Amino acid sequence: MKSSDNHITSSSDSTGNPSGFMIETGNLTKKFGDFTAVDHISFQVSKGEIFGFLGANGAGKTTAMRMLCGLLSPTSGKGRVAGFDIYKEQDNIKRNIGYMSQRFSLYEDLTVKENMRLFGGIYGMDNKDIKTKTADSLQELGLGSEQNLLVKYLPSGIKQKVAFAVSVFHSPKIVFLDEPTGGVDPIARRKFWEMIYRASEQGITIFVTTHYMDEAEYCNRVSMMVDGRIDALDSPVNLRTQFNARNMDEVFRSLARKAKRIFP
Amino acid sequence: MVRFSIFVKKEFLHIFRDVRTMLLLLAMPMIQLIIFGYAITNEIKNTPFAVWNESNCNPATQLIQKINGSQYFDLTGYYTSVGEINKAFQQGKIKMAVIIPNQFGNDLFHTGKADLQIIADASDPNEASAVTSYVQQIIMQFQQESSPEKTIPYAIRQEVKMLYNPQSESAYNFVPGIMGLVLMLICSMMTSISIVREKEQGTMEILLVSPVKPIFIVLSKAVPYFLIAMIDVISILLLSRFLLHVPIEGNIFLILLLCMTFTLSALSLGLLISSITKTQQAAMLISGIGLMLPTILLSGLIFQIENMPLILRLVSDILPAKWFITAIKDVMIKGLGFTAIWQECAILTGMTVFLLFVSIKRFKNRL
Repeated sequence: MKSSDNHITSSSDSTGNPSGFMIETGNLTKKFGDFTAVDHISFQVSKGEIFGFLGANGAGKTTAMRMLCGLLSPTSGKGRVAGFDIYKEQDNIKRNIGYMSQRFSLYEDLTVKENMRLFGGIYGMDNKDIKTKTADSLQELGLGSEQNLLVKYLPSGIKQKVAFAVSVFHSPKIVFLDEPTGGVDPIARRKFWEMIYRASEQGITIFVTTHYMDEAEYCNRVSMMVDGRIDALDSPVNLRTQFNARNMDEVFRSLARKAKRIFP
Repeated sequence: MVRFSIFVKKEFLHIFRDVRTMLLLLAMPMIQLIIFGYAITNEIKNTPFAVWNESNCNPATQLIQKINGSQYFDLTGYYTSVGEINKAFQQGKIKMAVIIPNQFGNDLFHTGKADLQIIADASDPNEASAVTSYVQQIIMQFQQESSPEKTIPYAIRQEVKMLYNPQSESAYNFVPGIMGLVLMLICSMMTSISIVREKEQGTMEILLVSPVKPIFIVLSKAVPYFLIAMIDVISILLLSRFLLHVPIEGNIFLILLLCMTFTLSALSLGLLISSITKTQQAAMLISGIGLMLPTILLSGLIFQIENMPLILRLVSDILPAKWFITAIKDVMIKGLGFTAIWQECAILTGMTVFLLFVSIKRFKNRL
């Protein structure tokens, strides 16, 4: 079981992913009863791209992300992630993605090392791979003796960096980051984005949602979701020109103002 | 398998690193057993009793005085019919009654042998057996003291009748009950809490995004609690055998097998609870009030199932603990073999399969 995972990963590039896009959706829609959470969204994300997925609370970001991760079945529309169909090949998708949620999602009563070892094992890495990768990750994180501390004793800036390191520990093709920098100070956020850039340089595609508009500037391209639709999608520079705005904050405001959904 | 062992190891780490959980899992069962064990050695003093004396002969009166004179019994009244005695029992005025038939004196005088009847309120079986054994001792003493020296001693045959609980369940009732309670607590409550905790902390999301099958996650949760439950069973058996001197009549392997069967059903119940709850508090409430309370009250641990109204007996039928406690009493106290308990085993296994099926299905649907 362990070895076959890696085979699927390596062979899928040539066979399963003809378009070369890491994420591709066409009119992807999710309805909960009468409520359309995600409304015919279509976009592509290329390999190694840092793709910002923006929108106000309740705009449908999380639902869209959950469909891409294979956690939710779409109501209609097409979608491929890492070359695999989001309806039929969810298992293959899961092997090729990493995920980090807003809650850091590490086991707080395990040490940094134990978390890495656990998630390496979950993704079918063998002991040797886990060892080398753990050493690499710890070095990148700059952790010394803290590596043997229980995660709950780490400051939140470090926790969050560890969570990211764990989410890319198994070298996924894509990593989904759901508001990864909530509640973290600006310096720690800056360092966190340095880690994202390094991962992107290694060819990992980054799909990130955020509420911080300065972070949106760091992305290669940004999509803006309003009421379940994608109302704008371009590089930050082009979006600023298009909306005649000085920064992403103004772009966001002019789009979010159009939202009709009101959540209590 | 490698993945599975990693998961099981992680679950053990969760348990070992939480001192409170550890205490709850390992110390609580023993503390409960000891508390219950010493609480039931109730001293019986001034038990109210009644007499229906048809004989009115000298020995009968002497005997009644002797019983009344002991520190254990207080005479509350004389009755002259079964109806009156029953009423007194129902009103709780008396705990014991002595019925002396009218030929008692004659029989004793002419043949040296006579009969009398002792009736005890056995709705509390422990108290009833203590009461009857005390009164029997008093009667024995009376026989020896009052027999004429020249002849063979009097023989007073006593017919003991246990009201409300004819089988007179043993005083060791509570050991099987505690086992049922502890296994239920550890397996259902702790398992459901540990799964729901992952939902609360957000780690479940990460596991669901990973290629791990949900069944792996669920089973790896069950393994450590199953092992700890077995440790508890063994420590309870050792404690009750060597500290409380409860005899273990039946086959020890059959007892362990029964405990494992019940543990599995409790585990699957815990999984079901975790699949329908979102917070640790909810899981604790459901397993606490929804499971522990009925288990304590309805499974025969404290109250006799036979004496319950039909509706409560039906409710007790859906509790796995009821079947476990019935079966383990048969094996542990009565020393019966597998043929006596195969039905209970079959029911428990059936419940386990059903609960597992439902909870795994629910767990999958949630994704």
